[in-house]
Amino acid sequence: MGTQKKSFFVIPYLLWIALFVVAPMALIVYQSLFDITGHFTLGNYTDYLESATYLKMTFNSVWYAFLITMVTLVISYPTAYLLNQLKNKRLWLLLIILPTWINLLLKTYAFIGLFSQNGSVNDFLRFVGAGSHQILFTDFSFIFVASYIEIPFMILPIFNALDEINPSLVNASRDLGANTWQTFRRVIAPLTMPGVKSGFQAVFIPSLSLFMITRLIGGNRVITLGTAIEEHFLVTQNWGMGSTIGVILIIAMFVVMFLTRERKGKGGQSR
Amino acid sequence: MKKLIAIFVGILVVCAVITGINYQMNAKTTANEKKVLNIYNWGDYIDPALITKFEKETGYHVVYETFDSNEAMLTKIKQGGTSYDLAVPSDYTVQRMIKSGLVAKIDKTKLSNYHNLDSRFLNLSFDPNNDYSVPYFWGTLGIVYNDQYVKASQVQHWEQLWNPAFKQSIMLTDSARDMLGIALITQGHGMNDTDETDLKNAQTKLKQLMPNVKAIVADEIKMYMKQNEAKIAVTYSGEAAEMMSYNHHLHYVVPTEGSNMWFDNMVIPKTAKHKVAAYAFINFMLSPKNAAQNAEYIGYSTPNKAAMKYLPTSVQQDKQFYPTESTVAHLEVYQDLPLKVIGNYNDLFLGFKMSK
Repeated sequence: MGTQKKSFFVIPYLLWIALFVVAPMALIVYQSLFDITGHFTLGNYTDYLESATYLKMTFNSVWYAFLITMVTLVISYPTAYLLNQLKNKRLWLLLIILPTWINLLLKTYAFIGLFSQNGSVNDFLRFVGAGSHQILFTDFSFIFVASYIEIPFMILPIFNALDEINPSLVNASRDLGANTWQTFRRVIAPLTMPGVKSGFQAVFIPSLSLFMITRLIGGNRVITLGTAIEEHFLVTQNWGMGSTIGVILIIAMFVVMFLTRERKGKGGQSR
Repeated sequence: MKKLIAIFVGILVVCAVITGINYQMNAKTTANEKKVLNIYNWGDYIDPALITKFEKETGYHVVYETFDSNEAMLTKIKQGGTSYDLAVPSDYTVQRMIKSGLVAKIDKTKLSNYHNLDSRFLNLSFDPNNDYSVPYFWGTLGIVYNDQYVKASQVQHWEQLWNPAFKQSIMLTDSARDMLGIALITQGHGMNDTDETDLKNAQTKLKQLMPNVKAIVADEIKMYMKQNEAKIAVTYSGEAAEMMSYNHHLHYVVPTEGSNMWFDNMVIPKTAKHKVAAYAFINFMLSPKNAAQNAEYIGYSTPNKAAMKYLPTSVQQDKQFYPTESTVAHLEVYQDLPLKVIGNYNDLFLGFKMSK
């Protein structure tokens, strides 16, 4: 009876996975095997691997995604650590998560207003005598805005990992003579590694396929795989090539998941 | 739990009532099925007063739906879920629709106002006899500049965009054919060139423009130009008209050596169910007064010669939107190129965008 009930509850999950995960991926792989005239071919993959443009674009995407992840990590870890020390930590956390309730496009447009030639930032720069600068359509603005949007997804898992640390572990470390730095390095950092890893996944993977921000903030001077997919599906109508890049992205995501997976047994507690 | 069930049942009842009302209303409209006209047009592309006028004059009920890209429209008409009686595709899409047999032939003898059209804009390559399409609006690809930063004499020709003085100040439209087309023109080729070496050379030429390029964007050009974000933009006359109505420092130039000329055209899809109504509407829109009213409202150029005299003189003599005879002679309409060539165009353009 018990197992029967269990298998009954598994049905929605399996249906969901089959319909919305497996089926779309299978469709993408299937679609990637056709060229623009609708003939079955592996040409899309050879084209991809032979084209300097696509390889450079892949490298760019990974590089930008890495930069965005690093920027968010550098900001998020201390922030999460600080939040965890505060009295009303849940409230402060809520304030950080709040902006994710606002539509992504709206936030992006707000940055256009801030960064444009007559925007607030340039107004300020002119006021302090630094003159106006080109901020929009630069690598800086792209990474800044992307990091801003992704930050809550990095803070949240790190915060949770910190929150779950049993304070007696920290106390024990102190009792045994470790100073603050040693406690952090030997106790807190290893125990929060799972949080950092899931934060890494939650930021790196979406960053790989960003496309709206590359156009609105990057002015298409920053080209990522996401931009190319959008273009192939909407403009070129070359669904085969678009799907091929999609497959590449899926593979890249699996690689990231594999590299940041939780290792059983060893955990973070090793010396 | 009881409360939850009560709420749930309440929602279900509301849904049922709404569905019922919806059904009733649909039943009413299907009762007048014969007096309906389903139009499928670009968003914000007709003076709404004209629809009301048409309904009053003819007694047809107009159902007006909009799309935002030729491709989206094409997909929907192919699927045939809704049968539209009239659609407004652009030139190369008309050609594609004719090839795939999606549009019905138009009997011009049923259109008493057809003779009002300017003969320069008829019998073009995408529909050589206008057997399937009637031009609705036309326009060009050109240069918008802001007179606070740029003198008119600096941007009369495509070649002038390569001027080093314009470092980081040009916005390009994110479109492979338009941008490579410009490079092709500066090298003395046509905009429908399919030769691989020519295209490769055009890409090389375009790459040299990169230092001057500020961004390669789409609809946002309008917003940026209104806010004086960039000095120069390469865009379509229709977009230019809208920017200029917000920022009087902006001006539009069609280079005399050549550019693209585009058309949006009325066609009757094969699946149309109310052809009589569609003919009535096309004829209505071809009447000079209505065409003039529409052109004044939208700000695009009308292909209706007889309508010109109903437009304000300032519009009639506006060289920006009604270029001189000699410029028009150099304008080219895009042809629907083979998929392979289009693929080549796009790959080269992507390569250009990647070169920083």
